[in-house]
Amino acid sequence: MISSSLGVWNYWVVFLLMMIGLFLVIGRKNLLKKIVGLTIFQTSVFLLYITFGKIQGGTAPILNNINDTIYSNPLPHVLILTAIVVGVATTALGLSLVLRINSEYGSIEEDDISAQDLVDYHELIETNKNVSAKFKK
Amino acid sequence: MTDIIIKNLPILVVICPLMMSLIVVLIPYNFLSWVITLSTTFITFIFSLLLYQEVYLHTSISYALGNWAPPLGIEYVIDKVSIVPIIIISLISFITTIFSSKIMPAEINSSSISKVYSLWLLAIAGLIGLVTTGDAFNLFVFLEISSLASVALVAMGGQKDKQGLVAAYNYLVLGAVGATLYVIGVGLLYGITGTLNLADLSKRIAEINDNKALIAGFGFMIIGIMVKAAVFPLHIWLPRAYAYAPSAVSVLLAATATKASLYILARILFSVFDISDTLIINTLQYVILPLSILAMFAGTIMAIFEKDIKRLLAHSSIAQIGYITLAFAIGTKASVAAGFIHLFNHALIKGALFMAITSMSFYINKRITINNLSGLGREMPITFVCFVICSLSLAGIPLTAGFISKLYIIKASISADGIWIAMLILASSALSVVYLWKMIEALWFHEGPKNLLIKENSLVYIPLLIITFLNIYFGLDASLVVNSSFEASEQLLGARK
Amino acid sequence: MDKNPILRIATKILFAPIILFGLYVQFHGDFGPGGGFQAGVIFASAFILYAIVFGLEKGKELFPLNINLFLLALGGILYGGVGIASMLLGEEFLSYNVLGTSNQAGQHIGILLVEFGVGLTVSNVMIALFYAFADFKRSGETK
Repeated sequence: MISSSLGVWNYWVVFLLMMIGLFLVIGRKNLLKKIVGLTIFQTSVFLLYITFGKIQGGTAPILNNINDTIYSNPLPHVLILTAIVVGVATTALGLSLVLRINSEYGSIEEDDISAQDLVDYHELIETNKNVSAKFKK
Repeated sequence: MTDIIIKNLPILVVICPLMMSLIVVLIPYNFLSWVITLSTTFITFIFSLLLYQEVYLHTSISYALGNWAPPLGIEYVIDKVSIVPIIIISLISFITTIFSSKIMPAEINSSSISKVYSLWLLAIAGLIGLVTTGDAFNLFVFLEISSLASVALVAMGGQKDKQGLVAAYNYLVLGAVGATLYVIGVGLLYGITGTLNLADLSKRIAEINDNKALIAGFGFMIIGIMVKAAVFPLHIWLPRAYAYAPSAVSVLLAATATKASLYILARILFSVFDISDTLIINTLQYVILPLSILAMFAGTIMAIFEKDIKRLLAHSSIAQIGYITLAFAIGTKASVAAGFIHLFNHALIKGALFMAITSMSFYINKRITINNLSGLGREMPITFVCFVICSLSLAGIPLTAGFISKLYIIKASISADGIWIAMLILASSALSVVYLWKMIEALWFHEGPKNLLIKENSLVYIPLLIITFLNIYFGLDASLVVNSSFEASEQLLGARK
Repeated sequence: MDKNPILRIATKILFAPIILFGLYVQFHGDFGPGGGFQAGVIFASAFILYAIVFGLEKGKELFPLNINLFLLALGGILYGGVGIASMLLGEEFLSYNVLGTSNQAGQHIGILLVEFGVGLTVSNVMIALFYAFADFKRSGETK
């Protein structure tokens, strides 16, 4: 049992990275740390796909002119290239949003931001109460 | 030329908005970019009508990209099931683009408007590609295209109100987590079966039994799609994202974005996996059914206590999504058809309600809360009449489209021995009248602000009138929608039983 | 940073080989690891290095913003254009077989053009992102 668990140590690393990433996204209040956690989470998924593609005794899936070479599966590599590009776009969008939030609110801690939002929301509701709400006869 | 177009219609519905979005980003003139966007959405709508005719007169279309035959290549599938969301998305995007011509310049800097239209077309292309594709990984790519374009559109609301930025950030993080969970599920299924094509996956999954990785892959895929479809309790991003987005963007997103993900949920539950499998039956009965009932009540009750009107409508969207997933969870052919009927009707209802509210906030140039709604109905009669008709439709009063869909859901739940489900649906519809009446009473019966002169703009109320007319038309003669939905459900479920 | 002689001279020496390496990676995509995305990022890093060392103003003089936006859209239009060309020649979208005289020549031309489009778009997106982030002022306005 020990040797079979150690033989699949790739999957243990995937699992560890996935949980670290999810913990950062959920458990940290700093907006930038959430994006870092998201990136780590996506990286663990890439590792999962590449591990699925490896064939025992297979070499890198680049064509060489030797007959009877065993190649690893090239399809997961292509899927991961696409997923990496999607991850880059998500990170870029997230970072630009953090920059704008910092310049508007003055901080990137979630507690400060929701405190300011709550004050604004109550201000909006209170100031509009001055409009008279009498029944029209 | 026309036969080239006819032959390649499945890809043209996706490529036309995508290519035009790349061209619109280069044009610095606002009016020209609006005209190009309008004509592109119009042409996409015509293409989707041609596809509808093709599917109903002949047979389903399977279009192989790059001439590589499936299951090795990527294929685009247009059949009676996928034509329903394609028509919804192209119709709503066309009508909303007419609506946005006056609304957009009021909220966004005029130097960014053509870039916003480019993102608009990109989001539409992503949504149509999402419902057209037949390949699991291509679905992830289009899911992320539409999701990232929607995040950027919502973030544009940050120019007027800084809470739009936080709403967009939450939408981004939660949406990315959901899409990554979906990718993990696809990876697990690929590892077991060896294929990515959805039709081929269903064949190979039927031959495998008793595999834990299959259950894990299914679970990851379903949870990932449920985050995007805003099923309770994974709906946290939705209220603020729809409330603080620019007004035209909330109309587009509220009517189309979650509908596409709900269609994908139905496709995975019923077409890729076997309906008579114990895994699916347990999921539907013990996971999706309780969550839908919770969604119906939680959404309605939160809407009753909400003071900001756009957030109120967003909470009621969550309740309506609960109705659709409830219809899918009952699992018979009639109930899945009822789910598709409500998918179509809710897009019309929510689109019209958001349009009415945003035109009111456009005229008085303030953020609408329950307090400054007073008396506006007397100043804008056309908008008010459309608002009343569409809220009757939301509550399910006869002669409107909402009644038809609630009727079919209740009929399906009674015939599946679930009288208590029907009573819960009636109870939450009765609760929804509470917040609708609150708004209508404030609009008409309260005294309005003095010396307010509002002249209703035709480009703003004509799309609203079109959608209200469609509401009434599909309430009186619903045969088109009902027949299409029953054919769709027949094709989705009938392949197995 | 441009007063420091080591940085200045190293950048001037490195700029051309980075671009050459980027082009090498781009066009060797079908024989080895490489292709559009990787080459685009390498290509962009040369311009970003120049802008970091010599200042954003000189970086923008080297590669102006409107050329950036134009090439960005051009890359995507090139990709779609290859697909539309194969549609106009009678086959499905993105079937490369009809683009050349034989199947193999057509596939070669198709992959080359498509990867070039991807490389153009990716490199310009990276440079545009760098300009947008570097230009951002506290007040919340970008140029």
